[in-house]
Amino acid sequence: MELLGRQEVWNITYDHALGETASFFFGQIRDNKRLFGRRCAKSNRVLVPPRAFSDETLLPTTEWVEVGPAGKIEAFTMVYEAFNNLPDPPYAFGYVLLDGADTALGGYFKGIDLSDPDAAAAKLAIGTRVMTKFREVRKGDALDFWFEIA
Amino acid sequence: MSDRVGIIGIGQSHFRSRRDDASYPDLVREAVVLAMADAGLELDAIQAVVYSLSPDAMVGIGNAERLGVDAVGGRNKRFLRINTGGSTGISSVAAAYYHVASGACDVVLTAGADKVGECGDSQTVLNKIWDPTYERALPLGTINMLAMSAVRYMKNTGMTQEDMARVVVKNRRHASLNPNAHLRKEVTIDDVMASRLISWPIKLMDCCPQSSGGAAMVLASEKFIRDNHLDAVWITGLAHCAETYWMGDRMGINPTAEHADAHALRRSFERSYKMAGITNPPKQVQVAELYAPFSNTEFHAIDAAGLCDIGASVPMMREGQFELGGWIPVNCSGGTLCTNAIAVTAMARVAETALQVWGRAGDHQVKGAKLGIASGNGGDHQIFGTMVIEA
Repeated sequence: MELLGRQEVWNITYDHALGETASFFFGQIRDNKRLFGRRCAKSNRVLVPPRAFSDETLLPTTEWVEVGPAGKIEAFTMVYEAFNNLPDPPYAFGYVLLDGADTALGGYFKGIDLSDPDAAAAKLAIGTRVMTKFREVRKGDALDFWFEIA
Repeated sequence: MSDRVGIIGIGQSHFRSRRDDASYPDLVREAVVLAMADAGLELDAIQAVVYSLSPDAMVGIGNAERLGVDAVGGRNKRFLRINTGGSTGISSVAAAYYHVASGACDVVLTAGADKVGECGDSQTVLNKIWDPTYERALPLGTINMLAMSAVRYMKNTGMTQEDMARVVVKNRRHASLNPNAHLRKEVTIDDVMASRLISWPIKLMDCCPQSSGGAAMVLASEKFIRDNHLDAVWITGLAHCAETYWMGDRMGINPTAEHADAHALRRSFERSYKMAGITNPPKQVQVAELYAPFSNTEFHAIDAAGLCDIGASVPMMREGQFELGGWIPVNCSGGTLCTNAIAVTAMARVAETALQVWGRAGDHQVKGAKLGIASGNGGDHQIFGTMVIEA
């Protein structure tokens, strides 16, 4: 027998509040091109992205600490496949330990030739020094900044 | 706990991309009918149902457990939905276990299904598991988060892309022997290396498929099993363990867990082993079904199961130690790499381990296996469940 189907699209709009901690973080990026983490007084660790509490000590973080803009690569990948509603490939992104931070921040890697994947992977090797770059017009989100090899 | 909990019935679909002949509840029911027939019981005997269902958006039905109530015979019964992402299936079996172990019930059904092949945007759905505040603007998905795990594991252990391909070759060979597996065509290392690059170093053949199908299991108390002269295998150890949400906290300076590895999976296995009285896993474990949706993740799963030191799984894989006929066969069913109907994938790990120690695994049977382990990973390799199953 002929088996029938029907197509459906979910398109839902959310207006997410960022809360005080992330609002400060993205406000500083948008207005001053500066990056901050939150220090936990008990563990002394600087959490980036900043959080209101530490998942290790479960205590509120107590202090804003400026970090970066330089850092080193902790993880990377280059994506060559297109996915619906995600950016057009190829692109590279990953995690960077900014100077002064204890944890790594996600962001795009730009300015790298991705035409030879293995060669690009060698350039993005873990430990490679990078510099944070900022978008000319910033709106206060994770796309306001990216990393380039220093 | 004096009274053990046994597995008395197992049902699994023949998994494939799409099941255009069956609606979502039809698929759930298919697995339930198989499991009830295997247990030799009528639905009236079931006192509670644990419904195995991961993110709703994957099947495109909000709270699809509502639609599934009838398929599992849930009317007038205790009913609970479980969702821990990729580990949902093993978490559902665990919840069924706890129903029985608590003494609340004697016979419990757990069941579910998925139709991932109908979701054209599974990585878009999975991108939504990241927090909307900091990381959602990045193109995160399960493939690239585990590509980043692979990159770190390569640096720490020397794993190569060819080593990853070896896992695919092994699991596809195993899947060719398993009629329920989705990807059953054997491949070579060259085939895997030549398949298109998705998220470096993960290529198309390093990835699990998007599968449709159902799974169900019936668990019962030892007393019920003895009173009714039923055949069973026993869950002798089980546990869960969670790990921090933040991927960037599993790297950097003195991380509490390493993104290359699966620390919480290791802790979960340690808890399961302790409960089962296992003191030397490499000597005692005879078969393993370890949740690994991408080839590289099978290495850190083997390490975390305590079958070898961290990174030693790589040279051991080269030696064929994890193949059927090898030292400790891993993923004899073909594993998650060959079949991934997300809502029941981790239940299939439990089911396949149970079939192995039962001696009912057919062409992919490990001869004489009496003790096996199973695992499931959920979230950003974050919410792990593990079990020890014995004949």
